Amino acid sequence: MQKTSNPAELRAIAKQIRRHIIEMTGAAKSGHPGGSLSAVEILVTLYWDVLRHDPANPKWPDRDRFILSKGHAAPVLYAVMAECGYTPADQLNTLRRLGSIYQGHPDIRFIPSLEASTGSLGQGLSLALGMGLAAKLDGRDSRTYVMLGDGEIQEGQIWEAAMFGAYHKVDNVVAIVDYNKIQLDGFVKDIMDLEPLDEKWRSFGWHTLVIDGHDLAAIKGAFTAAAATKGKPTVLIANTVKGKGVSFMENNPKYHGVAPTPDEVQVALKELL
Amino acid sequence: MPTKSKFELKLGAATREAFGRAVVELGRVNPNVVVCDADLSKSTMTSYFAKEFPDRFFECGIAEANMTAIGAGLAMAGKLPFVSSFSCFAMNKGFEQLRTTVAYPGVNVKVVGTHSGISIGEDGPSQMSIEDIGLACSLPGLTVVSPADEVAMKAIIHLSAGHPHPMFIRAGRIKAPVIYTQDQKFEIGKAIEVVPGSDVTVIAHGLLVAEAIRAQEALDAEGISVRVIDMHTIKPLDEAAIERAARETGAIVVAEEHLTETGLGVRVAQAAAKSRPVPMEFAGIDNTYAESGTPDELLDKYGLRATNITAAIRRVLARK
Repeated sequence: MQKTSNPAELRAIAKQIRRHIIEMTGAAKSGHPGGSLSAVEILVTLYWDVLRHDPANPKWPDRDRFILSKGHAAPVLYAVMAECGYTPADQLNTLRRLGSIYQGHPDIRFIPSLEASTGSLGQGLSLALGMGLAAKLDGRDSRTYVMLGDGEIQEGQIWEAAMFGAYHKVDNVVAIVDYNKIQLDGFVKDIMDLEPLDEKWRSFGWHTLVIDGHDLAAIKGAFTAAAATKGKPTVLIANTVKGKGVSFMENNPKYHGVAPTPDEVQVALKELL
Repeated sequence: MPTKSKFELKLGAATREAFGRAVVELGRVNPNVVVCDADLSKSTMTSYFAKEFPDRFFECGIAEANMTAIGAGLAMAGKLPFVSSFSCFAMNKGFEQLRTTVAYPGVNVKVVGTHSGISIGEDGPSQMSIEDIGLACSLPGLTVVSPADEVAMKAIIHLSAGHPHPMFIRAGRIKAPVIYTQDQKFEIGKAIEVVPGSDVTVIAHGLLVAEAIRAQEALDAEGISVRVIDMHTIKPLDEAAIERAARETGAIVVAEEHLTETGLGVRVAQAAAKSRPVPMEFAGIDNTYAESGTPDELLDKYGLRATNITAAIRRVLARK
């Protein structure tokens, strides 16, 4: 893979990742396209521009790490890892099938270059903080990034971890909330409202930034600001659109956990040319 | 022919105390050892480690779910974490994290649950851990160990560092009778025949190993030859030792400070059913929660004494 900071190149990669997400979930006939599409710009910025990582040496001790705590968005992570060269791109359409490395939720037993097995919500932030502490003990300057779902942070463990991260000053960890405003049963505000979300994180002692999670420059700027912040961890509250990039999926709760039909796949892929 | 006991069974340190001391020793030789605790370090005895290695000790506050997953993160980045709390809280509040971030991905975290069983005493049932063995054994890939005395605990903690699998290690609050000499060899997954015998076998773990020895001594005087096995490793189970006991003694009693419905007993019964079914009886906590009281009062009332084991032996011998 060739790393890049060029916005046009990153946008082209993002489009390719979206096509993979549509094709994978369409082939699987199940999965979570909406929350995968909302996270594309953030993951593309991380893997192509921000993370220190080497697909040829996935266990490099000094690498930066990424954990997809909202494991149901596995399609976006699989598409990114395949495009980076960690895993075979020609098997992406085996998603969710028996024997596939592309399990329904990320499973480190099937893809050892993953940083964690996730899928049970609420746990990735704690894992990231543990990894951050280990890096500090070893004097490694590697950083750990963890993406949380907005619905996910209704889990109590997230706030246990939030207290822990600030108290122990784990400033080499960055959490990203993919705030697409929709969870399985409907709009987050109607299920269990999170607002005022930025004030919650600030009051828990986190360096809190609110950004447009589809604006490449804003995402990059926030990661740069996070790296410069010492003494406290950073959280990016990334305002995103569920289903971003596919007109009929955007902001539609149906596509949290429903795959596109074959016809819908064709319509979506035309929009993503 | 009655034999004179080789066991004095003098009270030694509590196994939690032995854990606290041993993890410090381990920390001195292994710089990757780290410890997490949830505001109970003065009780779990990880305070010793915190004092000697403050930079490698992580206070998690009263948040066991987060603590377990913090331990997993530390382990995934190369550390050897010992995560400790009362067994009741480590297991019950951290169970889902133990399942999903430790057992399922096979992450090498050592969870040490102290104050297990009902011998915590006066604190009562909300702090008692009588389900922990059953819950721990339900997780594929988790090694489950319940050392009987301070010697066993020290050995198991040292052995755990070289055991490349996640573990649940069970410790107790009260001083435990010393069974082993310092030169006793331990191996994770291998039962110890503490006393040879030919008429019946008692298989026990933790505090009940000493009670089993007392039962053996009482019956020895009557000419009943009781084999006593310390099944310190409950998972993976030493099925060969069970098969041998069933074949050679023809009857088995399992004794444990745990619910009989989900503890070592059901695992021994399953192993015997697969190899050589024999009459079995079970001495343990019988489908109930206990209450406040002194540890001695509770062990008496809830049937965890040598007398309960001898009664079980007589029952099983009558069925042989």
